[in-house]
Amino acid sequence: MSIAISAEDLTKKFDDFLAVDHINFQINRNEIFGFLGPNGAGKTTTMKMIQCVSPKTTGSLIVNGIDVEKDSRSVKDILGIVPQENNLDPDFSVLKNLLVYARYYNISEKEAERRSFEQLDFVQLNEKKDVMIDKLSGGMKRRLILARALINKPRILILDEPTTGLDPQARHMIWDKILSLKKEGVTVVLTTHYMEEASQLCDRLVIMDLGKIIEEGSPQELIQKHVGSHVVEVDNTPAVMKCLTEDGDKYEEFANRVHVFAAEPEELSSKLMKRCNFDKVTVRQASLEDVFLKLTKKALRD
Amino acid sequence: MLRIFSIPKISSRTYKVWLRNKDVFMKTIKINFIPQLLEPILYLFGIGYGLGFFVREIDGLPYVEFIAPALICISMMNSAFFESTFASFVRMYYQKTFDAIINTPLNIEEVIFGEILWAATKSMINASIILLVVSSLQLVRLPESLLLIPLSFLVGLVFASIGMCFTSLVPRIEFFNYPIFLLITPMYLFSGTFFPMSILPEQIQTISLLIFPLAHAVNISRWLTTGIAYSSIALSLLWLVVVAVPLTILSINLMKKRLIV
Repeated sequence: MSIAISAEDLTKKFDDFLAVDHINFQINRNEIFGFLGPNGAGKTTTMKMIQCVSPKTTGSLIVNGIDVEKDSRSVKDILGIVPQENNLDPDFSVLKNLLVYARYYNISEKEAERRSFEQLDFVQLNEKKDVMIDKLSGGMKRRLILARALINKPRILILDEPTTGLDPQARHMIWDKILSLKKEGVTVVLTTHYMEEASQLCDRLVIMDLGKIIEEGSPQELIQKHVGSHVVEVDNTPAVMKCLTEDGDKYEEFANRVHVFAAEPEELSSKLMKRCNFDKVTVRQASLEDVFLKLTKKALRD
Repeated sequence: MLRIFSIPKISSRTYKVWLRNKDVFMKTIKINFIPQLLEPILYLFGIGYGLGFFVREIDGLPYVEFIAPALICISMMNSAFFESTFASFVRMYYQKTFDAIINTPLNIEEVIFGEILWAATKSMINASIILLVVSSLQLVRLPESLLLIPLSFLVGLVFASIGMCFTSLVPRIEFFNYPIFLLITPMYLFSGTFFPMSILPEQIQTISLLIFPLAHAVNISRWLTTGIAYSSIALSLLWLVVVAVPLTILSINLMKKRLIV
């Protein structure tokens, strides 16, 4: 399989702050690749280097076979960008936003119009075509940004937190669109801190923390490797903690709850209930969120 | 280290940025047009005829004819400076328009240059509107005064790039009050606009001619509209051309320094 984006020893330094710290990754063509991590992990900075709007400090970064430093214009020509912050042009209507954006890619007026209507259909905003941007809901704005990102028929689509702040309907609609783009052969790079989003969409992902990539794999692989099949949740009490430490169980401690990783959830929960005399026990399937919390620690940093 | 006078990488795509601003302008043309038409008329009557009643004439010129070219130049200055400060800052900082554009094949140098060219165009549009007013009142000589139109683009370019330098430096939009009170207002008053510079102390005259683009713009314009030159027209034109190019380059590089991190 050919490579869409590859980074070697990629570093970004702002004054004294190392935002991206010697990371390596390879994104295959036609896969959905996720960057997960807490706020400030370096995800957006990495995206901005791929987008050629923030120059890398050291290392190499090849996008679609092109060195971002040598020919950023050609790189930007084949990328579609959904930025974290809405930056639609408030001076224009929905349709005009797409037409003006197409113009930046030197797309002819006639072709721009054809593609704009095609994209408005795709994101179901046809009825809103003459509405000004500030009259759109949050979900509509995100959909329009997605439509805008597709106006140049990109081979690689970069989505920086595409569904942050959206309601479930809008979020599912965006996911749907992303999956249908994958079917059309687009490579999708996505940052998110919604674990459900990453599990549903990503073929492979990396988890970043403090500028470094700390883990890499498919969602299933990562769950199996770090957590196992199930998680047993119990209230955090000295008795429970004593029990768990004695038996050498693998767990993650939170202020009020303890998450115990278990291959045999029934055995563990009955043990907790009988021996540790405890009854508020929940058994559930392990998820990417468990992996995430385990690897990035639960402390709130900012 | 970014060299602030290095030649920016500019392609013809700059025009797309200019076109974006033109499209917004055309959408609101009626709101843009009427104040521009009204302002010089108010000044002409309020100051030209009002104050002119007492002043009568300066160096043989009726007062209203003396200030007519200055009013055109002030409009060039204000429109270009406003556009590249407040208007560009809003697009850069609040609307994130520049961020959106640099995700396309355009680079930041082209975005800023497009903004500057648009600000110079605004200067030309507004100067032309006022020229129409003063011509219809027969306050300027024709056809010589038509040369004010190309001049207004050059003057606009100088003020747009000065404004853009401030835009690259201010942390918040309120900070534009500093250049307005410390630079634009004194320039507005002491550039031979409402009275000849010759009545000012010699040191101030020298400073004006050294650092005020408006002084040169007024000098050339007054010569075009009345035939009277207060100092060398060739030198004034040379001053504007020589200053326009490095200032434009400087402002583009300063903006790049601010925005590309």
